[in-house]
Amino acid sequence: MTIARLSPTSDGEIRRSFLSGFGKFTLSATAIALLSGNEKLAMIGSAAAQTANNDVAILNSALGAEQQAIAAYQLGAESGLLQKPVLALAVQFQGHHKQHADALAKAVQKLGGKPATPLKDYGFPKEKLKTQADVLNFAATLEKGAVSAYLGAVPILTDRELAKAAASILGDEAMHWAVLRQALGQPPVPEAFVS
Amino acid sequence: MAGFAVQPTAQAAAGDPARGEEIYHRCLACHSLEHNRVGPRHCGLFGRKAGTLEGYSYSAAMKKYGVIWNEKTLDHFLENPMKAVPGTKMGYAGIKDAQERADLIAYLKQATRDPKICH
Repeated sequence: MTIARLSPTSDGEIRRSFLSGFGKFTLSATAIALLSGNEKLAMIGSAAAQTANNDVAILNSALGAEQQAIAAYQLGAESGLLQKPVLALAVQFQGHHKQHADALAKAVQKLGGKPATPLKDYGFPKEKLKTQADVLNFAATLEKGAVSAYLGAVPILTDRELAKAAASILGDEAMHWAVLRQALGQPPVPEAFVS
Repeated sequence: MAGFAVQPTAQAAAGDPARGEEIYHRCLACHSLEHNRVGPRHCGLFGRKAGTLEGYSYSAAMKKYGVIWNEKTLDHFLENPMKAVPGTKMGYAGIKDAQERADLIAYLKQATRDPKICH
């Protein structure tokens, strides 16, 4: 168990850093300030709590996207349309998304939030998935969207360790997208920048 | 490399729906036109009051937002969702480029009314 480090600076500013991002327990700045009886610190801590709430919302958005990806790969794996080498790849990618989801859910909980839960039905276009290429195209679309979602999360996560972890996931999603494009016979990396 | 470019202050030109469709791909990890997913479906978006689509579980903040979705309100929201509606579930930095927002909104205006997609 690791507790967040509060480092008062000479001008009274509070610097709060997570020691290890995902996977470790963190006590909120507000809680620490209130426990110490320092009202000024508690007021600053309220602002920190608000930023933690923002981080929870961002992480829960990402968690929702991961849960959707897990469901999509499940649909693909059970479709009977994926041939053996591609099926193994899809199962591997689904495993990555499960790991992302686990890490994100733990991070949300440790920030005091409630992790998003998977939907019962995502309304996937099952009737349009008739070939292996259809499934791969569908998965590639979601992976590309996931890259964009993380690109929209990294710069606004307050905690730098969480931002680093999100960037790490972004890299993984981008690799999935590239491999799926390669499997579809498309240029795997179409541009120098993602958006 | 939009992230490194100086953002133009001039108003965006009229939106291009074809470019907007490409930009909409960024939304697909959470949204679709036809179905509620992580985010609400977009069919019927224009003219709908924010936070009122049946069958989607909105944040309390979005339920209270009160705007009607149109070009102007979407442009404001999409620029910085978490600033426009503090407490929204849409944890996303937003689309900072005014022309990209105009293109996306032009696409949404067509696609969310397309009877082939939106029944």
